Amino acid sequence: MTTSLGKDLTGLEHLTPDEIRLILDTAEPFKEVSERPIKKVPALRGKTIVNLFFEASTRTRISFEFAEKRLSADTVNVAATGSSVSKGETLVDTAKNLEAMRIDMVVIRHPSSGAADFLGQRIRSNVINAGDGKHEHPTQALLDLLTIRDKHGKIEGLNVCLVGDIQHSRVARSNIWGLTKLGAHVGVCGPHTLMPRGIEELGVTMFSRIEEAIEWADVLNVLRLQLERMEKGFIPSLREYYRVWGVTPERLERSPRPITIMHPGPMNRGVEIDSRVADGPHSVILDQVTNGVAVRMAVLYLLAGGRPELADAAKRGGGGTE
Amino acid sequence: MTRPLLLRGGRVIDPSRGLDQPADLLVQDGKVAAVGAGLSAPDGAEVRDVAGKIVAPGLVDVHVHLREPGNEDEETVASGARAAVAGGFTAVCAMPNTDPVTDNQAAVGFIVRQSVRAGLARVYPIGAVSVGQRGEKLAEFGEMAGAGAVAVSDDGRPVASSHLMRTALEYARTFGLPVADHCEEPTLAAGGVMHEGLVSSRLGLKGIPAAAEEIMVARDCLLAGLTGGHVHLCHMSTRGSVELIRRAKERGANVTAEVTPHHLSLTDHACEGYDTHAKMNPPLREAADVAALRAALKEGVIDCIASDHAPHSYDEKEAAFDDAPFGIVGLETAFAVAYTELVVGGVLTLPELVARMSTEPARLFHLPGGTVAVGAPADVVVLDPGAQWTVEPTAFHSKCRNTPFTGRVLSGRAVLTLVAGKTVHDAAQ
Repeated sequence: MTTSLGKDLTGLEHLTPDEIRLILDTAEPFKEVSERPIKKVPALRGKTIVNLFFEASTRTRISFEFAEKRLSADTVNVAATGSSVSKGETLVDTAKNLEAMRIDMVVIRHPSSGAADFLGQRIRSNVINAGDGKHEHPTQALLDLLTIRDKHGKIEGLNVCLVGDIQHSRVARSNIWGLTKLGAHVGVCGPHTLMPRGIEELGVTMFSRIEEAIEWADVLNVLRLQLERMEKGFIPSLREYYRVWGVTPERLERSPRPITIMHPGPMNRGVEIDSRVADGPHSVILDQVTNGVAVRMAVLYLLAGGRPELADAAKRGGGGTE
Repeated sequence: MTRPLLLRGGRVIDPSRGLDQPADLLVQDGKVAAVGAGLSAPDGAEVRDVAGKIVAPGLVDVHVHLREPGNEDEETVASGARAAVAGGFTAVCAMPNTDPVTDNQAAVGFIVRQSVRAGLARVYPIGAVSVGQRGEKLAEFGEMAGAGAVAVSDDGRPVASSHLMRTALEYARTFGLPVADHCEEPTLAAGGVMHEGLVSSRLGLKGIPAAAEEIMVARDCLLAGLTGGHVHLCHMSTRGSVELIRRAKERGANVTAEVTPHHLSLTDHACEGYDTHAKMNPPLREAADVAALRAALKEGVIDCIASDHAPHSYDEKEAAFDDAPFGIVGLETAFAVAYTELVVGGVLTLPELVARMSTEPARLFHLPGGTVAVGAPADVVVLDPGAQWTVEPTAFHSKCRNTPFTGRVLSGRAVLTLVAGKTVHDAAQ
């Protein structure tokens, strides 16, 4: 049985199903920490973590920061957006400088695909990918998996459809890996201008029309449509996008069963998702946010060398990462 | 004058005359003086035993980037010419995407003078198609040809305007210059960093579809037919391009094409792990493309191998994949990669490989060389097909180390290179 992860978490593509389950199982005991009046356990006391964000982020950065603080790690936030130095150079130099400061972990978000792997190959500290370009966003997919498991009691055998801009989405890629490894059937739905080449070779089913996806799915994970996609000409207008692919109550009503609704945020209400759906009874969008903290606590804890069976003890104040 | 040199006991391969036989080769006064069995050494001659080795016309590379003027920290005409002779090349054609662009007779003359000063491989300048390679106004082909340019190209970027390509092909006819095009439809390729396919989808990198190349190959083939000009298609990378070239040649269009050793040996899987040494333009494609390119080279649909030697500094390549520049060095690995993959790999015979790396490129660009006929300038290479070596970039003569072949064990190596009878590379020294 798997009891540890490698040095870094840069994506789900190269994790085994056991490693993914290990993270989800380790997240379970950490959920309760955030429900306490005093939301803090000493598991990562004395560990230094840098949150290195080369791209704007609100919820991912805050979620990581809460996870770190609730594990008693010391954290530093570096927002490197708008730097005049070219991205690549900054990354190399930043890596070397961080290493020199004897940090333990780096959480990195970067606009270039592969940036987290690049950093991980060049420093000894643990590297956690908080989203690299269009490549992966593993902790987002892990929290999605945990949320689906909470809601349905399982992942295997479910039909989960990702809706929207698959082409430019790191959330979609990580979800495809995670879901297929845990035995779910994965669908993708959206305009063909936003579908990556060869996607079906990954074992996913492609739906051109949202109606077909709704008829098939147990879970819809609705992705954010970046305004930029319209500006770059991938779709003619947000209005038409909503009319053709928008997830609306009217469309969901035709489903033979209730469909769990997810969204990684931030939402464009009235573009990819109708407010009545986002706020409706089958939406687990806020559960995803809650689970994000627990999943990130689990990842930080495991990469720091924490043993999964001690996670329970760790949160009570004993145990730890020795 | 240098001493006469007798290369004794080698296997002489000269595709220009269909020659492949054990023979001695005598070099005297900078020329090939005799080829035959049992030649006797003239007085004072140096005799070199080349038993087990191949004696062939020096290799010719019609597509290299030597970075001078402008980026002399990455390569110069001299360092590039040194790398060339170490790789068995006696002549290379330098692309004009220098800084400033080689788009006028003075700039062309500078490359020629730097080549003469270096005294290593012959470096033939290629002039720009358009002033500043901006794709707008024709450069002065006539004056550049007069100063020594052997072709024109805007390589590094495509000739995007079909009108400009048409006029370039028409205008170049007067001077007998091939127009070498980097085939890439710019709007389709924009922002792409690798081949568009499953691997790019997985890595989350923007792809360059095969169609971006093929659209321009089709256009250039049509324009060659329209104008009667000679279009030379640089670094072909897709199976679709091969089919388009085949059809154009069947129709009699004046179309020739080159392929690089890396497109004949690597696929887009080399980009896994975000290895920036696998980032080049055109990008590495799929196994089916590699197979089609190999077959096309065998058949002659693709005429020659060219390295597209493109030095980039360590710092530039030590970056996120999106941010790294396109290109790899190739002069010092080209023959060995081609020999290992194609001859040892059973695709080409050794004489066919020599034809594709020497005789044919020399013929296409109207260069001296590509032959060891008696009386020809003694541009000769001695190749050791039995040599096994490991690619170690720190040993390169090029100023740059950006190769995807690091650590590869390859067969075949140039052991002696002569330009005009002068020894410019001797592996024994």
